[in-house]
Amino acid sequence: MERKTMDFWVGLFILMGFAALLMLALRVSIGSDRVENTYAVEARFENIGGLKAKAPVKSAGVLIGRVTDIHFDNEKFQAVATLTLDKRYSFPKDSSASILTSGLLGEVYIGLDAGGDDKKLVAGDKIKLTQSAVVLERLIGQLMFGKAAEGADKK
Amino acid sequence: MITQNLGKAIRNLGARGIETIWRGGAMARFFWLVLTQSGMSFRRIGLSIREIYFSGVMSLVIIMVSGLFIGMVLGLQGFETLQKYGAEETMGVLVALSLVRELGPVVTALLFASRAGSAITAEIGLMKATEQLKAMDMMAVDPIARVVAPRFWAGVVSMPLLAALFSSMGIFGGYIVGTVLVGIDSGVFWSNMQAAVDFRYDVMSGIVKSIVFGIAISVIATFEGFDAEPTAEGVSRATTRTVVTSALTVLALDLMLTGFMLRSL
Amino acid sequence: MSTLPDSPLVEIENVDFAYGKRAILKGISLTVPRGKVVAIMGGSGCGKTTLLRLIGGQLIASKGSVRVNDQDVASLDREGMYQMRRKMGMLFQFGALFTDMNVFDNIAFQLREHADLPEDMIRDLVLMKLNAVGLRGTAKLFPSELSGGMARRVALARAAVLDPTLIMYDEPFAGLDPISLAVVGQTIRKLNDALGATSIVVTHDVVESLQIVDYLYFISDGKIVGQGTPDEIRASTEPYVKQFVHAEMDGPVPFHYPAKNYAVDLNLSASTSLKKSVS
Repeated sequence: MERKTMDFWVGLFILMGFAALLMLALRVSIGSDRVENTYAVEARFENIGGLKAKAPVKSAGVLIGRVTDIHFDNEKFQAVATLTLDKRYSFPKDSSASILTSGLLGEVYIGLDAGGDDKKLVAGDKIKLTQSAVVLERLIGQLMFGKAAEGADKK
Repeated sequence: MITQNLGKAIRNLGARGIETIWRGGAMARFFWLVLTQSGMSFRRIGLSIREIYFSGVMSLVIIMVSGLFIGMVLGLQGFETLQKYGAEETMGVLVALSLVRELGPVVTALLFASRAGSAITAEIGLMKATEQLKAMDMMAVDPIARVVAPRFWAGVVSMPLLAALFSSMGIFGGYIVGTVLVGIDSGVFWSNMQAAVDFRYDVMSGIVKSIVFGIAISVIATFEGFDAEPTAEGVSRATTRTVVTSALTVLALDLMLTGFMLRSL
Repeated sequence: MSTLPDSPLVEIENVDFAYGKRAILKGISLTVPRGKVVAIMGGSGCGKTTLLRLIGGQLIASKGSVRVNDQDVASLDREGMYQMRRKMGMLFQFGALFTDMNVFDNIAFQLREHADLPEDMIRDLVLMKLNAVGLRGTAKLFPSELSGGMARRVALARAAVLDPTLIMYDEPFAGLDPISLAVVGQTIRKLNDALGATSIVVTHDVVESLQIVDYLYFISDGKIVGQGTPDEIRASTEPYVKQFVHAEMDGPVPFHYPAKNYAVDLNLSASTSLKKSVS
C-alpha cells in the first residue's frame, strides 16, 4: 500500500469523522448558550407542576431561554426557578411568567408574556407576576366540588 | 460424589476468578508500558497513520451501513409505537437520542472490536508466533513502541470518529424513513430533534463513551495479541478472547458511564 | 584438547538455566574467541538456542555469569542492553522476516531505526548486502513470496547489515536443500572473515559445520561433553562426540526413550527366550 494513498484515505476518514461530529453538534442538537450571551432572572411559583431544569422558556411561542435551576424556598415555601434568557431579547419589568404544557401530554415550559413597563428586566431581577402550573388533580377536585355545590344548591 | 464434583466446580470457579484478576493486572501493566512507549507513535506519525488506515478506514463500510440500517429500523419501530400517542413527529427525537447516547458508541464499539480488534490481535499474535517480535527486540527496537503503541492510538482515535459516523448515518436513516416512508415534514423532523437533543448532555456524553470504549478495546486487543501463545491455536484463541472480553468490558463500562452521566444531570 | 587464544568475546561461566521446573543448562561453561566461527551442537532440546538467548540478553541465567565483551549481560539496564544488541546480529530459525514489509525494507530496517542516513545511502547499503547473499533481484518481493532458503539468506543479510561484531545463527541449515546449504555455509564463513566478526552457529548439521567452523562445542544434558577443532573432533574417541559425528544410532544418546521392560509392556510372561531377543 502506497504511503500516499494511505495518507489520503486516513485524511478523508478523519475529515468525515469530524464532519459527522460537527453535524451532530450543530444540526442535531442545540448547544447550551454561553454565559456571555445570557442573563438570569428569578421567578417564584406556588406550584411548578412538571417543570424541570433545562425546560424551554418561550415567548409568543419562540424559544428565548432555558430554566437553569429550580429549588425550594424553605422560608416562603415557594418554588424558585432561575430563567436564563438570551441577551438579544429584553422584556419589560412587569412581564408575567406562566407554566404551560405544550399539547395535552407534551413537555412543560415557561411562557413569558410581555408587560407594558418602560423599564426592562436585567440580570438578577425577579419576575413579579407568575402563574403556577395547572395540576390536573386539583382541577378535577374543583370540578367535583363545583358540581357537588351546584347539586346542593339546587336541592 | 456430588460434594466431590461440587468442590471441584467451586475450585474451578475460584481458579478462574483468580486468573481473571491476574490477567487484569497484567493488562494494566501492559497498558502502562504502552503509554510510556508512545513517543514513537507521535514522532513518527506515519506508523500511526498506517494503523488508522487499517483499523479505521477499513471499518468505514461496516460501520456506516450498520448505522444506516439501525437508524432506519429505529425509525420504523419507533413510528409504530409513537403513532398510538399521536406523537409520530417526535420520531426524529427518538432516533437521535437513542443513537447519540447509546447505540452509536456501543454498537460501534462492538463492531469495531469484532472487526478491527480481532485483526490487531491476530496480527500481533502472528508476529509473536513467527518470532518477528523477538527479532525486533534483538535489533534493539522495542516492539511495544514500534508495533503495539501505534495500533493502540489508532484505535483510540478511530473509535469516536466511527461512532459519530454511525450516529449520523443512523439519523439520516431515520430521516429517510420519517420523510419518505411515513410522510413527516422534514422541517418538523429536524426542529423537534434539535429541541430535544442537547449538545453537552447527549452528544458529548456519547463522544466520551466512545473514547473510553476505544481505549478499552485497544488495550484488550493489543494485550491479547502480545500475550498469545506462539502457535496457530494460541493466536486463534487470543482473537476470540479479544472479541469476548471487549464486548463484556464495553457493556460493563457503558452501564457505569451511563449511571454516572445520568446522575450528574 | 587444544587451548583457545586469549580475550574471548563471549564468556559463559557455570551457568544454570531452567524453564520452570525443567532444568536445561546445568553449570555450563564455554568461551568464544574473537574473530572465530564457533559451532554449538547437540541434540534437540539440549539448550543450544537457550544459550543464544542468554548471550543476547533475552533470558537471564539463574546462576553463573554471561559476559559479552567483558560486560556482564545480566547487569545491563534496557538502554545498555539495546546498546549491546546494536553490535550483534541474529539469524532466527526460520528467518523471522517482517511480513508486512518487502525484502528491501526488512534489510533497511535497522539502518532506518538506528542510523541517520540519507535514503540513497541506505539504498546502496541494502543492495550491497543483498548482493553478498546473491538476492539483489528480490528487493521488491515480500517474505511470503520467497522460498525457505531465500528467506533464510535475506535474514542473514539483515542480521549483518550494521556490520556487527558478533553474529549468532540459530539453526541456519535446518530444512535447506544441498545447494542453499552450501551457499549459507560459505556465506557465514566469508561474512565472518570479511567483517572481522565473531560468529556462533547453533546447529546439528555436522558435515557442513566441520567444513566452515574453527571450533566446536558439544552439549548434552546441560553440560559440555566435547569440544575441539574440526580435526580434533573428527578424530575424537569421546563416546558422545563419536556418536554424533558418525551418526550412530545408539551410544551415550540412547535409541530407546526410557520405558518399562518390553516384555512387561506387551503383557507377556518373563520367558527366557523373550529375554534374549529384547535389549
